[in-house]
Amino acid sequence: MPADPNMKILIVDDFSTMRRIIKNLLRDLGYNNTAEADDGQTGLPMLQNGNFDFLVTDWNMPGMTGIDLLRAVRADANLATLPVLMVTAEAKREQIFEAAECGVNGYIIKPFTAATLKEKIDKIFERIDG
Amino acid sequence: MRDDNAHQEMLAAAQQLIVELEAGNDDQVTSLIDQLAKIRETELFQEIGKLTRELHNAITDFQVDSDLSDIAKSEIPDAKERLNYVITMTNQSANRTLAAVEGAIPLCEALNCKSIELRAEWNRFVNREMNANEFRQVSKTLQNHLDESEGQLASVKEALTEILMAQEFQDLTGQIINRVIKMVDDVESHLVTLIKVSGSPTSPDKQESKEGKLEGPQVPNLSTSETVNGQDEVDDLLSSLGF
Repeated sequence: MPADPNMKILIVDDFSTMRRIIKNLLRDLGYNNTAEADDGQTGLPMLQNGNFDFLVTDWNMPGMTGIDLLRAVRADANLATLPVLMVTAEAKREQIFEAAECGVNGYIIKPFTAATLKEKIDKIFERIDG
Repeated sequence: MRDDNAHQEMLAAAQQLIVELEAGNDDQVTSLIDQLAKIRETELFQEIGKLTRELHNAITDFQVDSDLSDIAKSEIPDAKERLNYVITMTNQSANRTLAAVEGAIPLCEALNCKSIELRAEWNRFVNREMNANEFRQVSKTLQNHLDESEGQLASVKEALTEILMAQEFQDLTGQIINRVIKMVDDVESHLVTLIKVSGSPTSPDKQESKEGKLEGPQVPNLSTSETVNGQDEVDDLLSSLGF
């Protein structure tokens, strides 16, 4: 079963163009209910107050990085099960291991394609629904 | 690098040093060693001076071609700001492109919707399922669609041209980055000379621990075995972890 097209998605990236690209790609995939934050520090309170269903985050950001945001999400009882997709230029093996250890649900390296984004989102929600 | 005077001076001092050492004149020996160190220091300072001057010249000379500066409109004096400018230009280009795409997609969707609607009506007409009144209404809708689509397609074409033009940043940023690379190269070669002159022992194998350091985007030809090559390797890695 594909993910709910009305699910509320938070996109966290310090580059506004990348947020815009992801937002447009998500809209093409039928997900119109999105919000944006420019780093973990602004993203975390939005997640805590906003009933989000899915988080798409970059790793390397000023303020609070994506991996710290992921840790904070997993440590928060209300957010612990929130599906998190990391979309980042960080391609070191140890970093991918680190993200996996912190409980990431999917990992995409930049540059990426619309097809990859769709595939990872479908996979994440298939696994959750299954 | 070393000028002849300095060389002669050093040679003379060194020869005198051997003489004084053999004669056991400790005071003279100390004085000569100090003299040799001074010659070397002078050379080091000269090299630092040269490096500073070259760096200053490189930064001062770091001006864009006149046609480029016309486009840039502002004269930014150093490489750091030039690179910031590259970020700005690429950002503007991306936003310009995205704005054009966001404008054109609804137009395409509207044209497509209307065509689907008219095709259904047309099929009814072909199958003689339509009365004269309905046909008059459909003719009017068709006329409107043709009128509107002309303008909408012109707007789509305009958006495509805008996207095309937004790619101009590549040429301009490429030129700026090449100049920065050239400047860094010049500074590097002088730094290498400086290190040689100062004679500090170098340990090329010594590497700082890079644990926890973010690498940023992968640059072709600079990837290491520590990094994955593409999404497939990420997927393999994660599936090996049970993902």
